[in-house]
Amino acid sequence: MTISDLPQPSPHFDLAVIGGGVVGCAVLRAATLAGLGTLLLERGPDILSGASKGNSGILHTAFDAPPASLEHRLMQSGRRIYLDIRERLGLPLLETDAVLVAWSQAEAEALPGILEKGRKNGVREIRPVASEELHRRHPHLAGSALAGLLVPGEHVIDPWSAPLAYAHQALANGAAIWRQAEVTRCERNDGRWHLTTRHGTCSAGIVIACAGNFSDRVEALAGRGGFAIRPRKGQFVVLDKTARRFLPSIVLPVPTERTKGIVLCPTIYGNVLIGPTAEDQDDRERATVDRTSLEHLLAEGVRMVPALAAEPVTAVYAGLRPASDRSDYVIDCSPADGWITVAGIRSTGLTAALGIAEHVVCLVGEHIRAIAALPSPLWPRVPNLAEHLPRDHQRPGRGDLVCLCETVTRDEIEAALTGPLPAGDLGGLKRRTRALMGRCQGFNCLAEVCALAEGRLIASPPVASLGHAA
Amino acid sequence: MQPERVDLAIIGAGPAGLSAAREAARRGIGRLVVLERESEAGGTVRHCGHLGFGMLDLARLWTGPTYAAALRQHARGLDVRLGHAVTAIEPGGRLTVSTPGGERWIEAARILLATGIREMPRAARFVSGGRPFGVLTTGALQRFIYLHGRLPCRRPVVVGTELVSFSAILTLRHAGAKPVAILGEGERLDAPSLAGPFARLVLGVPVLKGVVIEQIEGGDRVEAVTVIRQGLRQRIACDGVIFSGGWVPEASLMRLHPAGVDPATGGPVVDRDLRTSDAALFAAGNVRFGVRSSGRCALEGRAAARRIVDDLRRAHSRGVPAP
Repeated sequence: MTISDLPQPSPHFDLAVIGGGVVGCAVLRAATLAGLGTLLLERGPDILSGASKGNSGILHTAFDAPPASLEHRLMQSGRRIYLDIRERLGLPLLETDAVLVAWSQAEAEALPGILEKGRKNGVREIRPVASEELHRRHPHLAGSALAGLLVPGEHVIDPWSAPLAYAHQALANGAAIWRQAEVTRCERNDGRWHLTTRHGTCSAGIVIACAGNFSDRVEALAGRGGFAIRPRKGQFVVLDKTARRFLPSIVLPVPTERTKGIVLCPTIYGNVLIGPTAEDQDDRERATVDRTSLEHLLAEGVRMVPALAAEPVTAVYAGLRPASDRSDYVIDCSPADGWITVAGIRSTGLTAALGIAEHVVCLVGEHIRAIAALPSPLWPRVPNLAEHLPRDHQRPGRGDLVCLCETVTRDEIEAALTGPLPAGDLGGLKRRTRALMGRCQGFNCLAEVCALAEGRLIASPPVASLGHAA
Repeated sequence: MQPERVDLAIIGAGPAGLSAAREAARRGIGRLVVLERESEAGGTVRHCGHLGFGMLDLARLWTGPTYAAALRQHARGLDVRLGHAVTAIEPGGRLTVSTPGGERWIEAARILLATGIREMPRAARFVSGGRPFGVLTTGALQRFIYLHGRLPCRRPVVVGTELVSFSAILTLRHAGAKPVAILGEGERLDAPSLAGPFARLVLGVPVLKGVVIEQIEGGDRVEAVTVIRQGLRQRIACDGVIFSGGWVPEASLMRLHPAGVDPATGGPVVDRDLRTSDAALFAAGNVRFGVRSSGRCALEGRAAARRIVDDLRRAHSRGVPAP
């Protein structure tokens, strides 16, 4: 445990955010910049321990979002804010665009409807592409691609550095973050929420519940309800960086009623992602992978871009989207209770997070208490992990590599273990540096990364010293 | 920054690369650099703590670390650059290198690729289940134990029946761990047949053949593996899963080079002179197609060095200007 994680001397705050996923981090940032004294409570040993650790890293345009939905509006405002602030926070943008491809006559017949919906959704640049242009833009696309839509503005961002940057900016401007602080009781007395956590108690005038896959349980703690979380698992296959040359942009399928389907996507780290699956499950924590699904994903990728057949698999993972039993985001404000629920933020949360945060802070200002933006907030930058921008190892004097596959330097790992929000566990260290996520999956550097992190994480990997092995 | 010009750049300072460097130096090569991305030369044998190294090429019987030290000793005085990771090979001999001083470029008249192999990790094997801590390769296990004095699991199963699988068992026993079983997918061992009885009788570790791993269980750390064996499902409690063998050439640089890789082996395609379709680029050792003994890799490194030196002499005598 680090000093910054210890309970503050006076654990009384204007506003507490429950949940340190991408939405919680964005809300913490916005509330802090609105001049409130803020605290974020995260149950895991690090932020992004739940749904936010496994998404596809796309900054959507919302061209296919449900029209007139809150989701659509907040995706668009979230996207706009991201593009506005990203350079000041050091956040990357890989401008790939997307093609939505019809592989059958039936799918081709669905294209005009998707086009019309996209334009109604405010994405005016979307346009049809005939087979010839499609194959010119995507020389490696399978010949069976009939036609498609070009969706300019569907881009790729860093799904972990972005929320980390939001959290860092909040901390730099006065926020507190408690980790391993699962909330076990919520009581409202004298116009304040008294929250009991595994880390200590605190009080706050306002609570913003952004608890992802545990949203309905947190509601229940506060004696509230009205929706149920239905975790939906998405498995992904990550191909080697050498596959990237076959994928100039994101390739989207024609969506079905239930899911957006299997996407081929470049990652900000230079790989190619195939996924996700869409599998409802009850377990809110464990997202397993299974061979049948992974083989299916790979086969789908190869069907769309046959050259991928020769590319090695680098990694596989699974995430849990915190879907709810409602069709739209659940954002409910109870002014009298000083409680705002933010739930059911599905796969679009990375895009929408900053928009959700802006919306939530507006609700606070309009219905709960006066706010006043900080006059000159600090803008700390996060280290760049994007493959298309200069990396640390390329700078003079900085090439001491620890993770060879992802070219992560000793300085980068050291930086991730220190600072205002040091990595809380091995996963957090990976997300801050890319270490261990490359093609060898730790064959070369797992032991060294564990050695560098030894005694410095909130939750250490269970590695014993040899003297105490027997 | 101007690229540095050399006659021969060897990528990788394992048995093949170091043996090639020594041989090339003995034969009077001009400017020679060996580029090693790790902080110590010697390659994978550095963390194979048991006997069996040095026999073919040096006529000794050593442990891996002793053999690695001998290779380093033989390369003493040569320009072996540690912490130098090649990040791109362009046709015609231009290298991009990540170095402790930042990014650099080298133009080499000839390049020898001697980057070796690694084991196929769990992800690429598409093994079902959770993703807890404690799922690793033999290479990672050996580095924990031999390079860092740490033990990432005490009662693991070892998946695979290659020689390296038994090396993993020896490594675990050396560290005081108690491996639960060796799990083989086939009905026969990939290692010499004596290895099975040796593991069972001498080391007390059962060898289960004809096993399909159904899933890995665990949250923060491995709790068990479920396997199907002879049609029956069996749950084996353990705290680690060591994936051994399943060798993959460390040839990613070649996948982006026009000479490419052999789709069957994943390694570069070479002719009998160990030269790829890029006349400046040669390859030797395990990177060519998978695991062979370190001694054979060392001998192949020497052979490649001889051919490269001869090739450069011929080029010079034809009046091709030195780089």
